Amino acid sequence: MSKSYGMVIDVARCTGCCNCFFACKDENCNEAHEGYTAAQPMTGQKWIDVKEIERGEFPKVNIRSVPIMCAHCDNPGCLKQAKDGAVYKRDDGIVIIDPVKSKGQKDIVNTCPYRRIYWNDVLEIPQKCDMCAHLLDKGYTMTRCAETCPTGAIEFGDFNDPESEVAKRLKLNPEALMPKFEMGERVLYLNYPKNFIAGSVVYTDEQGREMCCEGAKVTVEGADGTKLELVSDNYGDFWAEGLETNVSFKITVELAGHKTVVKENVKTIKSINLGDIFMEKE
Amino acid sequence: MYEEDKVGNGIKLPGVELEPGEKVFTNCAIGGAVFVHVKDGKITKVRPMIFGDNDTKPWTIKARGHEFTPPKRTSLGNYVCTQKGRIYAENRIHYPMKRVDFSPENRNVQNRGKSGYERITWDEAFDLLESEIKRIHATYGKAAITASTGSHADFGLLQYKMGPFGRFWNMLGYSTLSDNPDSWEGWHWGATHAWGYFWKLGISDNFDMLEEALKHTEMLVMWGVDPNTSAGGYNGQDGCRWRWWCKELGMKMVFIDPWCNYTCATWGDKWLAPYPGTDAAMAEAIAWVWITEDTYDHWFVDNKCYGFDEFKDHILGNEPGGYARTPEWAETKCGVKARDIYALAREWAVKKTMLGTASIYGVSGACRQPYATEWARLMVFLLAMRGLGADGCNTWGGASMAPPMDMSFRFFGYSDVGWDTFGIVANEQAQNTVKQKTYRILLPECVMNDKTEWIGEGFCGMSLEQQITRNVCPLPKEEGGAPIRMIYRQGGSYISTMTDTNRWTRMFHSENLEFAVTSDVHFSSETKFYDLILPICSGFERNDICELGAPGGYGANDMGANFRVIILMMKCIEPLWESKTDYMIYCELAKRLGFEEKFTEGNTIMGWIEKVYNASSMPKYMTFEEFKEKGYFVVPTPNMETFHRAVSNKWYYEDRECDVPDHNNPLIGTPRAKQMGTPTGKIEFKSTFLEEHLPDDQERPLLGQWLQPWEGFGSENAKKYPLSLETPHMRFSYHTHYDNKAPWMDEVPMHRGMKDGYAYWPIRINSVDAAERGIKHGDLVRVYNDRGSVICIAYITERMKPGCCIAYQAGAKYDPLEPGKEGSPDRGGCMNLLSPSRLVSPNAPGMVSNSIDIEIERWDLR
Repeated sequence: MSKSYGMVIDVARCTGCCNCFFACKDENCNEAHEGYTAAQPMTGQKWIDVKEIERGEFPKVNIRSVPIMCAHCDNPGCLKQAKDGAVYKRDDGIVIIDPVKSKGQKDIVNTCPYRRIYWNDVLEIPQKCDMCAHLLDKGYTMTRCAETCPTGAIEFGDFNDPESEVAKRLKLNPEALMPKFEMGERVLYLNYPKNFIAGSVVYTDEQGREMCCEGAKVTVEGADGTKLELVSDNYGDFWAEGLETNVSFKITVELAGHKTVVKENVKTIKSINLGDIFMEKE
Repeated sequence: MYEEDKVGNGIKLPGVELEPGEKVFTNCAIGGAVFVHVKDGKITKVRPMIFGDNDTKPWTIKARGHEFTPPKRTSLGNYVCTQKGRIYAENRIHYPMKRVDFSPENRNVQNRGKSGYERITWDEAFDLLESEIKRIHATYGKAAITASTGSHADFGLLQYKMGPFGRFWNMLGYSTLSDNPDSWEGWHWGATHAWGYFWKLGISDNFDMLEEALKHTEMLVMWGVDPNTSAGGYNGQDGCRWRWWCKELGMKMVFIDPWCNYTCATWGDKWLAPYPGTDAAMAEAIAWVWITEDTYDHWFVDNKCYGFDEFKDHILGNEPGGYARTPEWAETKCGVKARDIYALAREWAVKKTMLGTASIYGVSGACRQPYATEWARLMVFLLAMRGLGADGCNTWGGASMAPPMDMSFRFFGYSDVGWDTFGIVANEQAQNTVKQKTYRILLPECVMNDKTEWIGEGFCGMSLEQQITRNVCPLPKEEGGAPIRMIYRQGGSYISTMTDTNRWTRMFHSENLEFAVTSDVHFSSETKFYDLILPICSGFERNDICELGAPGGYGANDMGANFRVIILMMKCIEPLWESKTDYMIYCELAKRLGFEEKFTEGNTIMGWIEKVYNASSMPKYMTFEEFKEKGYFVVPTPNMETFHRAVSNKWYYEDRECDVPDHNNPLIGTPRAKQMGTPTGKIEFKSTFLEEHLPDDQERPLLGQWLQPWEGFGSENAKKYPLSLETPHMRFSYHTHYDNKAPWMDEVPMHRGMKDGYAYWPIRINSVDAAERGIKHGDLVRVYNDRGSVICIAYITERMKPGCCIAYQAGAKYDPLEPGKEGSPDRGGCMNLLSPSRLVSPNAPGMVSNSIDIEIERWDLR
């Protein structure tokens, strides 16, 4: 069976170290790969970029780092836009912008919803990642970004090889980041962050001291039908993860012998810290 | 005359078709072993080393029903991935240069930092150096010259900081510049008095910790530690994967830091945020909970510790004038809610816990604050109260150290034999005959003042007594002393990395400093203050040998990579422009000063490398010629069924003789082999060494304890400058060695922020503090106090505790609005312009860079 290259990026593993970004620059800046890509200018283009997403409010805050690159779609907008075969798809799935035929075709740049195609003013060509096809064709087994990823967040390989790590990750149902365009992305993501609602449950102990409330039952119900049941941890904390954007939630906190606390209309315009939730004795 | 080796043919890369004219070399940067691709004499790629089928089989750790095996390749620190850009950086020093208005007759020292430079020939440079060295020797004596070398630029064994530098200057005779332990001050000056470990400079060794943790540990407490940020150095990022394994096993990760640091923000399960410099109060409150709830290890504190009863009285407030160190009290000092301190203490009391600091890859952070000695001692006390060395209960630096490794394989680290690495194999090791010393953080004072005094040597690795030596510069003339009149700087920059950096500007403008020379690869923060600038080639432009991540010496066997890898650091390209190796410069100087033969012993660098090779265990596995073809060797991994694990500190818990492979531990093989390195041989809550030598010191008291810091939250100083700034080690550079080099480094917004075409240094502030000051995300701000001003770009984040800020240490671009003017606002990111020159405490001569009182205001470029 022929090769079918792609990637599954596990966001949970990504530390945001940017090794992938630097390795891509190392490979492509000022280095032309004849028949594949023209040299990338020293600055200005990010064929792979690491987006840092901060979520929440002090002190319930975290970040997720997401490497974003050309998704080598099976049905890409850039290919549809291109004239004279300036963009083509190889049998192994990799999408290439021909650095000669694409000259002057600036319209290609705006076709990518991931914004991973750049216009080179000097050469007058659109440019992007070639998934290191110029290396794979010479016997290298990994792209530069995957090779240098220290945690295995970026897994590259042959989707057709059931023994490959990337094929194993495919079974975990990774998602495309822009499914609505129906482009058939080959760079897919696990654990892409959504929104959370977090808070800290507090009660008063026998000696009258404010203490973290472990074991409170927290129910999170969304207008979209989401229902999560959580238990506060030893810091009284709960984190309801994976919530869709712009949905109203009702949060109910229950503790035996205490009045139930209800928070209505908590809307996930972003991730939310409800702060301290004090449980009063009944 | 000594001649440099030429570029060789490189190695074979199985399975890969190289391009015409392409060669592959092996090398090792400061954060990882690499393959370097070169085409037609130009570096094209710098990649991780990928091991082959014939290299050793990786180890597998079996723990809790899982199997953990590392990939067969090295990982790199992120800045190492920019190495090619760094080598071809625009600010490489191309030629020897002299300040335009400098001459031996008319030095114009007042223009240092302002004036430009003119190109001169190497002969002219050597003539000037030779004549100035001879003049200063004749006029003042050898002690009038001090020389220093930067840490952590290009890696290596022979050609790194302690090689040619140490050999040359020791042979010549000069005033040694003692380094302060800048990354782990509190451990060095404090924890040594709690658990000895002076031979590790105050931090614990770490052996066989990864397997220990994966098998037993339930919680990691990362106190002032951000390993995903700081542990890329030396070993690369192998530790990141280990921390991910900890996550996979469900190990809880708790972080204590005013800044929700990168590891915490990505993988943390709980973030507790004390004000910078107040951590000791929180530690005392944890001890209070354990004592009052009776959840500490009685056997351990009764049998393996000294002075616990007094500590207990102190914590409970039973001493005269004392008060209980309750969580409620601690909340008023450190700003962490009392209930969270209870929760942490109670969880820690029942879970097998590794404290992620107290060994080398878990330092920085809270150990660099006023009275950091006390926090570090308290960390040891907390470890003791939990039974240091019990299964899964230990110190594990950043969860970044000690995979299964065969330490019987002999190789060397650059600091194994002190200042002159060639001494490993040389007929004669160079010895300095000059007794006078300077001290790094007091260098400006040593130059400018008639007399500078300090207590304690720099790295006190031989004994506790080294901490109480009294030093003076200059020494009396009859002891060979002389005022400092010349500085030779080999690489790096103190402007930006040392505290209260404007002191260096004053020093350079002092008439006392008659001649200042720097040799460096790039124009760094302070390069333009020197009279003579010499271009040095990078580590990829010369040959060397090394073991991946091995510092040797006091850091012997501190390992944080998956494998032991011996690397021939091949010269990949000829030195760029007119740059030379340091070795070549010192050879020429030695020749002119009459000791070239003694210096080289007739060896080329490759000759030295072969001698080192033959002195190691390598010849058992391959010949030197085979090694030169292959370029690297992965030391066979231990047999996981049979090899002897020697977990750090477990021997102490189990009352056995110390069995860790640390040849620096002076107690091994003596009747004291079961003991810690304190005078009592026990972990000392009350220091018997301080009791004997400094009984009246109120600022490092006999009993380790919280003291109100003299700068930072709650101090008098903070009333004027209410924001508390920490400046920890960086994420995208190593000191000044990677920032401001590769052009694409500035494109990472987490590193620098672009505004109007200029890449500013970010300062992170909380939205509340920003709103109070009318500051928006991306605004330029002036960060200031009485010591100086830095123009930064404001990043507003919820990851910062209100009242606190963070800007990473050491931008490599000192760019004052008025060049050369002391106190002029800097746009380059030298945060140490703001840090205090005051030392940790009067008898603890460490630097303080992690709780700086500042104010911030919006700033417009006018």
